[in-house]
Amino acid sequence: MIETLLLSRMQFALNISFHYLFPSITIALAWFLFYFKLRHDLSAHPVWMRIYRFWVKIFALSFALGVVSGITMSFQFGTNWPGFMEKVGNIAGPLLGYEVLTAFFMEATFLGAMLFGMKRLPNWLHTLSTLLVAIGTSMSAFWILALNSWMHTPQGFEMINGVAEPVSWMEIIFNPSFPYRLAHTLVASGLTAAFLIAGVSAYRILKEDSKLAPKLALKTAMYSAALLMPLQILLGDLHGLNTLEHQPQKVAAMEGLWETQKGAPLILFAIPDEESRDNSAVISIPNLASIILTHDKEGEVKGLNEFKGKHPPVKPVFYGFRIMIGIGMLMLFVSWIVSGLLIRKKELPPFWLKTLFYMTFSGWVATLAGWYVTEIGRQPYLVSEVLLVADAVTDIPPANVIFSFTVYAIVYILLLVAYLHTIFYMARKSSKVEEFETKDVSMTKPFNHLERIERLSQQSNH
Amino acid sequence: MSFEQALPYIFLLLMGVSVLVYATLDGFDLGVGVLLPGDNVEYRNKMIASIGPFWDANETWLVLAVGILLIAFPQAHSIILKELYLPALFLLIGLILRGVAFDFRAKAVTGLQRLWDKVFKAGSILASASQGFMLGMYVMGFDYHWLSVSFACLSAICVTSAYAYIGGAWLVLKTEGDLQISAAQKTRIAGWITALGIIAICVANPLINSDVAARWFNLPEAFLLMLIPLVSAALMIGTDIYLKHVPLKNDLACWVPFASVATLFFLCLLGLAFSFYPFIIPNKLLAVEAASSPKSLLFIFYGVAIVMPFILLYTLFSYRVFKGKTTALEYY
Ligand code: HDD
Ligand code: HEM
Ligand code: HEM
Repeated sequence: MIETLLLSRMQFALNISFHYLFPSITIALAWFLFYFKLRHDLSAHPVWMRIYRFWVKIFALSFALGVVSGITMSFQFGTNWPGFMEKVGNIAGPLLGYEVLTAFFMEATFLGAMLFGMKRLPNWLHTLSTLLVAIGTSMSAFWILALNSWMHTPQGFEMINGVAEPVSWMEIIFNPSFPYRLAHTLVASGLTAAFLIAGVSAYRILKEDSKLAPKLALKTAMYSAALLMPLQILLGDLHGLNTLEHQPQKVAAMEGLWETQKGAPLILFAIPDEESRDNSAVISIPNLASIILTHDKEGEVKGLNEFKGKHPPVKPVFYGFRIMIGIGMLMLFVSWIVSGLLIRKKELPPFWLKTLFYMTFSGWVATLAGWYVTEIGRQPYLVSEVLLVADAVTDIPPANVIFSFTVYAIVYILLLVAYLHTIFYMARKSSKVEEFETKDVSMTKPFNHLERIERLSQQSNH
Repeated sequence: MSFEQALPYIFLLLMGVSVLVYATLDGFDLGVGVLLPGDNVEYRNKMIASIGPFWDANETWLVLAVGILLIAFPQAHSIILKELYLPALFLLIGLILRGVAFDFRAKAVTGLQRLWDKVFKAGSILASASQGFMLGMYVMGFDYHWLSVSFACLSAICVTSAYAYIGGAWLVLKTEGDLQISAAQKTRIAGWITALGIIAICVANPLINSDVAARWFNLPEAFLLMLIPLVSAALMIGTDIYLKHVPLKNDLACWVPFASVATLFFLCLLGLAFSFYPFIIPNKLLAVEAASSPKSLLFIFYGVAIVMPFILLYTLFSYRVFKGKTTALEYY
């Protein structure tokens, strides 16, 4: 069954990674859309409507990809991980059920109203639908992350005849790592969406689209990123401290520390080797890991050797962590400089536009890297200290899994290509996508009430 | 029976309801995909526009049905999905293809639109046929004997045509003019194929499955049960007569075909439920045996009781907002 195990893990990783690409955009993009719609309602300025119309289509596309790949996810438990449901189904099941009940129906229904209902609904109801979709996507994240966090830091249950029985639902849902994971993931989505908006807008400006809409969208996105990024560092730090408390072996792998040490250095780069249990090519800053993790220069940090045979594979966790942090730092740097330029009313030089364009999907890379750290860092357990991955896997023949894995891989690659192609195609055809009035209006004071009344009366004269 | 003991049966009922709602709602939008014509862009645009605001929420009923199976009967969920590993894969691929084709076609380069439409149709057929096949294998207790597999193939054809049937009825309701007439004709054909399929299944199932035969031909229930086939036949004939006369003046009672096909779906499911209750996997696993812990069921039961009315409410809201004949899909 070793092969089935390995293949099932590969297939699960492929499926969840593909699925998560789209929620990581839609969760926050829905809130951006609500903001655009609200600005339009407040100012009655058509430019906000243009931005809304452009991004609502990209939202619809991402959402559809998220939905279909999500349906695949809900079959995975039965097809490949029957042991998971048999052992912890009493806990996992209801959490997944609440996601369907409180989130999926709401977002899917109001999505229809939001996409196609603008002419059929009163404006306030349309704005409300947009808000409900945004709440729905965040609710999805709430429930699925409650489950995922419980898998990392399980509590509120007892084992009866080898099956987990719920004792306290409050303890199950609000398990120790949940608040940190939820906050960190939501902000990650905000950053992913912000860099997507900025990147596509920069691409449009580079393609000599001189309208107001991409400039304003870019500005909104960069200001958001500049505010979110420091918050994300803070949340990430808190998240890491929480992990240190509950899964110290994961933190040891993230830090690449083999020996338990006082005054441990922060390793910026190294090549960890699990055979010799040592690092080579190390670049490090003395004492910094102790300062970050224990808030004490000489604090003790546990090393991997304390957990011999019971810690996760070091390399993917170690590198994944550095990729996430590296991109985070890059995001901080870029969003602050660009925001600074924008505040001083500078036209963005092509260098920065190009940088933003190259960073369009940087959020995806950081997010996936972060998830790989988290999930691989839980190995060899599927539910910490409760269920081993190897005990959860199905007993179907490996050939079946090879076949399904190949089919999924082909379909996903084609879809990803089509998705990227379509987004940039839409960016090039943006005027067709977003305009319902051909005249480009310049904006003076978006929140000016008089201006709004004037414009509304002009519109009703037409 | 205490409330806790009744919980597995409540969840069995809930699952039945979500399967029925799923088959009716996603049935019609899958059916519209099955019926998509190759040669007429205008029809294709209209047809796809008629399901645009709904398909996503419709598909969520599948997630709910699979979810309830997973939550309430985890053991059955594992057995069913393990036994149906490959058909489930094809179902998912079908759903993926049509879901994304729907969105890509609206935004894609015009040259590619035709391709996406083909993908949409192929995905719809694949998803419908896989569902039929899975249903057939389920009824046969996952026995991969050639006889059972042929039965499952028959069931695949039957479900695909049944979806085309309800999809066509939906189009009669939502469209007008030439498209409505052409939809009515196709619906009739789909209706006849479905009728043949249902008859074949009703003959084959008791022949292969002796327990089912014992149930159905056991007096005095048999008299009551005869109502199911009789009412079904009456509905199908009535629908056929109506469709023959489309378009009616002022589009009189254009909802009739859809309502009667939906009722037919209900009757078929009732018949199926009668054949196998209280088993969750025919003749192998009882629903009570497979049920999860009462505490978990209770927790999720509260959720269902509180949230379900809201779901029904906003589902109605969405069908009201988009009621009447379909207009072109516009993202504003
Ligand atoms: C845009 C995405 C993004 C960015 C810029 C960052 N992260 Fe992150 N990180 C995530 C996206 C993410 C994530 C994908 O959302 C994860 C995976 C699971 C989770 O809760 O969040 C994650 C996990 C994660 C974990 C693992 C938690 C565990 O034990 O399971 C830690 C310690 C950090 N992050 C810390 C940081 C720090 C200190 C950052 C500062 C630069 C940072 N992250 C930037
Ligand atoms: C929040 C809900 C999630 C649940 C319930 C969940 C559950 C699981 C399960 C069942 C496995 C298979 C066992 C294993 O191989 O370890 C797994 C592994 C994995 N998950 Fe998650 N996961 C979730 C979120 C995510 C996300 C969002 C990602 C990344 C995008 C992710 C990435 C992975 C990876 C890469 C593995 C493979 C790890 C390995 O095999 O070493 N997971 N997770
Ligand atoms: C094992 C893990 C997972 C399963 C079984 C799962 C299941 C699903 C399903 C069935 C859908 C489709 C809903 C519909 O029909 O409308 C969906 C969509 C969605 N999922 Fe997941 N999911 C998983 C992981 C995640 C994670 C980790 C997140 C985010 C933190 C997430 C966020 C969402 C969101 C926001 C949607 C809405 C559609 C979209 O935005 O594209 N899911 N998921």
